[in-house]
Amino acid sequence: MPAPRVYRTDAVVLRQRRFGDADKICVLFTPQLGRIEAVAKGLRRPRSKLAGHLEPLTQVSLLLARGRNLDIITQAETQNAFADLHDDLDRLSRGLYLAELVDRFTDAAGDVGNLYRLLLEALTRIDREDGLDLIARWFEIRILVDQGYQPRLDACVHCGSPLEADGNSLAPLLGGVVCPDCRVGLPGRPLSGNAFKLLRFLQSSSYDEVARVRIDQSLGAEIETHLRDLVHVALDQEVNSAGFVNTVRATRPVRR
Amino acid sequence: MSGRVPTAAPLARLIEAFHRLPGIGPKSAQRLAYHVLRAPRDEAESLAAALLDVKDRIQLCSTCQNVTETDPCGLCDDSTRDAAMICVVEEPLDILAIERAGGYNGHYHVLHGSLSPMDGIGPEQIKVRELLQRLHSTEIGEIILATNPNLEGEATAAYLARVIQPLGVRVTRLAHGLPVGADVEYADERTLSRALEHRVSLAAGQPTSAESDDDPRFDDGDANGPFETAFDTAVDVDTPPQPGEPH
Repeated sequence: MPAPRVYRTDAVVLRQRRFGDADKICVLFTPQLGRIEAVAKGLRRPRSKLAGHLEPLTQVSLLLARGRNLDIITQAETQNAFADLHDDLDRLSRGLYLAELVDRFTDAAGDVGNLYRLLLEALTRIDREDGLDLIARWFEIRILVDQGYQPRLDACVHCGSPLEADGNSLAPLLGGVVCPDCRVGLPGRPLSGNAFKLLRFLQSSSYDEVARVRIDQSLGAEIETHLRDLVHVALDQEVNSAGFVNTVRATRPVRR
Repeated sequence: MSGRVPTAAPLARLIEAFHRLPGIGPKSAQRLAYHVLRAPRDEAESLAAALLDVKDRIQLCSTCQNVTETDPCGLCDDSTRDAAMICVVEEPLDILAIERAGGYNGHYHVLHGSLSPMDGIGPEQIKVRELLQRLHSTEIGEIILATNPNLEGEATAAYLARVIQPLGVRVTRLAHGLPVGADVEYADERTLSRALEHRVSLAAGQPTSAESDDDPRFDDGDANGPFETAFDTAVDVDTPPQPGEPH
């Protein structure tokens, strides 16, 4: 039986790029098909009916037509515009970072319902809640686990002995934490006791539990460095938006 | 190109060169190449000379970064234009669009792009530093952010507003709303909610939002183009509107 010529799907628009004169290619993250690319015709014209619905970081329901190479988006309706996320530079920078993580980690891999729900949960929280960096950290560890890069935090990845809280280092290249006895001569970055506990807590908890934790600035910075190391090793690529998060942080007004 | 029918190498090269131009498909490229082939020699020469001229003689204006043959460019050099007002755009073509719409008589600044975090394009990769230098060296009364109303343009505007506001300069953003000739039915939520937020009173022709702007620099003689409307209701970004609450 030939595949139907049109199909419906929900999607989060991850990014767009220009294509031809007025068209754009949208990178879509869908629950059933994974990461797919599709053409949106005439998206750069001011009267485009689709343009407002296909902005990056929008949850949409779509009707697509099968094309020769890329499928074509024929209808789009916004499910969640994440308006506050788009209107606030702090929120936007974190949202883009998450979208880039999903873009780089995934491909057209079939059912990715779990990661899709995680992304929607994280974007919804970034749209509404405070603690933006904590949401980003939680999402980083969730996507690592989902994609099969869960760091080993229960025992030393080198000798297998159980870990004390202090004196360890985190070695993304070895896939987890190294104990004080083994860490000399092995790659890795020192991991403070608090960061170690927070990492374990992030990995095993829902965000509602995580949100109750109060984290001071230095611990936040440390855990961010460690998670970026882990993401970097898993992807073997830089995540460009991480630089933008830093840029936005540097301009942050004193108001919040 | 199918490649099955052999084409003479110089012709194939020309077709390939045309094909690389934006909006030119393989068929158009062939048609253009054969046109050049049949055209008199001096037509081809003047095309070749024009192409080289563009590369040799066009530079960026040291003030506004627009493409120009002279430095400063004609717009920056024009003493009838208001030098205390800068309209910030992404591309030189945006200036043409705004000039065509009329109603704006200040200066410009071309960023040559917009922030695109996922592609690694940050403030250092576009002409932000040049804009900030202008703000330090010249007395500027207002900055109008006319970047595109898409994610990258909005991010760029929000970023610029943050770095410019501490300097005490009034920062405004082109209004968002429904394009002329559009259907309300097809409008997306964000456009519609912003159009509602910044709706205009028809009786007086004044925006209900922000303070009414009686700025004589805006000529609202014939407000029939989308750009005039946009400029008339340009929104102040230093007082961000509360969502869903017209102020």
